Amino acid sequence: MALTLCKRITVLVLTIVCLVLLTHNASHAEYGDVVMNKYSDDSGIRPVVFPHWFHRVRFRCKVCHADLGFKFKAGGNDINMLKIIDGEYCGACHNGDIAWSVENCDLCHSGKPKTPTQVHESTLQKLIRPAGAPK
Amino acid sequence: MVRSKFFVSLISSLGIIALSVAWMPVPDAAAADPNTFNRLMKPPSKRNPPPTQDGIHDPGSIGTQGLQTPREAFKPLPPAQSGNYVDWVKAFDAKKIQPRFDSKDPKAKPVIMDLTIVRQVKGSMPDVIFPHKQHTEWLDCSNCHPVPFVPQKGANQMSMASIMLGESCGVCHGKVAFPVADCRRCHTETKGKATKTSAKAAAKPAKSKKK
Ligand code: HEC
Ligand code: HEC
Ligand code: HEC
Ligand code: HEC
Ligand code: HEC
Ligand code: HEC
Repeated sequence: MALTLCKRITVLVLTIVCLVLLTHNASHAEYGDVVMNKYSDDSGIRPVVFPHWFHRVRFRCKVCHADLGFKFKAGGNDINMLKIIDGEYCGACHNGDIAWSVENCDLCHSGKPKTPTQVHESTLQKLIRPAGAPK
Repeated sequence: MVRSKFFVSLISSLGIIALSVAWMPVPDAAAADPNTFNRLMKPPSKRNPPPTQDGIHDPGSIGTQGLQTPREAFKPLPPAQSGNYVDWVKAFDAKKIQPRFDSKDPKAKPVIMDLTIVRQVKGSMPDVIFPHKQHTEWLDCSNCHPVPFVPQKGANQMSMASIMLGESCGVCHGKVAFPVADCRRCHTETKGKATKTSAKAAAKPAKSKKK
């Protein structure tokens, strides 16, 4: 008896916690973070968050945007896992040689489900939602 | 028996609550008090937050917890007023960061082009100086020529409105490179000085803009 009650309470508590976490989505994303979600949601995996700040500490823009052919447009590149394991796009580095390899799914696929493809904290975003206002 | 199971689940649910409290962003005071000091601006305490609190990473993912916090990475770097709150040009010049020019070869060096272009600005704002030097440190000619800029002084229409909409300089500034808020980093040449030192350079753009 006590156990079923306890289970119910646990389920209730977990539901509340999940709801709180889901509804509390004030975005303070780092400037230049790109969420990539052309295929992820549809494939049942978390969207990808690409941090510009982290990569530009290590690489010039030219490496990705000229040598590797990433276009200057969030969602403007047709990236999927097959291309990545064949060494294109992220896979040119995330190959266990220059950077950790693709088996670390969760490090790339770390976005909140249903977050649309976009570059965060951009001037354009702020014209709609002024000066970094909490959403 | 039943009791110990009860305690196990009680403790685990308490643990989950504690964890989710730790993951949650600092409670938004704005939600409770309508008269908080900053209503629209993001206060300094909310800048460069850890991925678990930034609103776009899933705090429930193990991967998220493995990611670096921008605030910590930026500690040794010179600050700026907006964007990442890091002056990437100064950080680069002072060799605080040494971004590779080639994905594999850490020693590869770019060919730097030191050509500045003066763009005369309507009204009171200082003229804009576009330095090829800082740009060719990071970028390839093909990132800008022929799109978004024809490589000819004065051949391109530019305006503040289009920049804010993400065109022209706004392809990068306002998205990854320092944002539009840092007016004086682009509007550097005071008007009087421009007419004295670079009258020729400035006259050309004005002329070719008309056609
Ligand atoms: C280096 C970063 C990275 C890693 C590691 C990674 N992915 Fe991806 N993945 C991406 C990107 C980028 C996309 C395209 C995202 C989009 O637009 O939705 C993608 C797309 C996908 C897709 C949808 C498209 C497709 O190809 O079917 C699936 C499913 C997927 N990843 C699964 C995985 C799994 C499973 C792993 C771990 C074995 C993994 N990914 C590891 C970057 C990564
Ligand atoms: C490690 C690779 C990498 C490096 C280095 C890099 N970028 Fe990117 N950049 C990307 C990826 C990935 C995207 C997103 C593309 C997509 O969604 O298909 C992107 C997107 C962009 C966009 C488009 C944003 C929009 O409007 O949608 C801009 C602008 C940009 N990068 C500028 C830069 C600048 C400037 C630098 C150098 C300071 C830089 N990038 C360095 C990988 C990189
Ligand atoms: C030019 C090489 C390069 C490319 C292209 C690249 N990365 Fe990376 N990335 C790196 C390196 C190097 C690291 C650091 C690896 C390490 O710590 O071992 C890294 C780390 C990361 C991290 C972890 C950041 C942290 O906080 O530790 C993420 C997430 C990531 N990359 C995502 C991506 C995604 C998504 C793409 C494709 C859209 C991509 N990367 C493309 C080189 C690259
Ligand atoms: C960040 C973008 C950017 C990059 C990268 C860049 N340029 Fe330019 N370039 C410009 C702009 C802006 C102008 C001025 C256009 C105008 O006034 O309408 C210009 C003008 C020029 C001109 C015309 C100068 C004149 O006096 O008429 C030449 C030549 C040129 N660039 C060559 C290059 C070469 C070579 C590279 C690579 C080493 C390069 N650019 C890289 C943005 C860039
Ligand atoms: C292709 C991307 C790109 C375009 C287009 C671009 N820039 Fe930049 N710019 C950068 C990057 C990257 C830096 C390095 C600093 C940073 O990232 O904050 C930079 C730096 C600068 C600096 C140096 C600031 C300093 O502190 O020394 C000036 C000035 C500047 N840009 C003006 C312009 C102007 C004016 C235009 C339009 C004519 C323009 N940029 C177009 C990417 C770009
Ligand atoms: C990335 C560089 C850059 C930044 C940052 C920037 N501007 Fe500009 N601004 C320009 C360029 C380029 C022009 C067009 C010059 C021309 O006509 O050739 C311009 C033009 C203008 C004009 C003249 C009207 C027009 O639209 O042509 C005004 C006013 C102006 N800027 C104000 C500002 C203010 C205020 C800020 C700060 C909030 C700012 N700018 C930040 C590059 C910049």
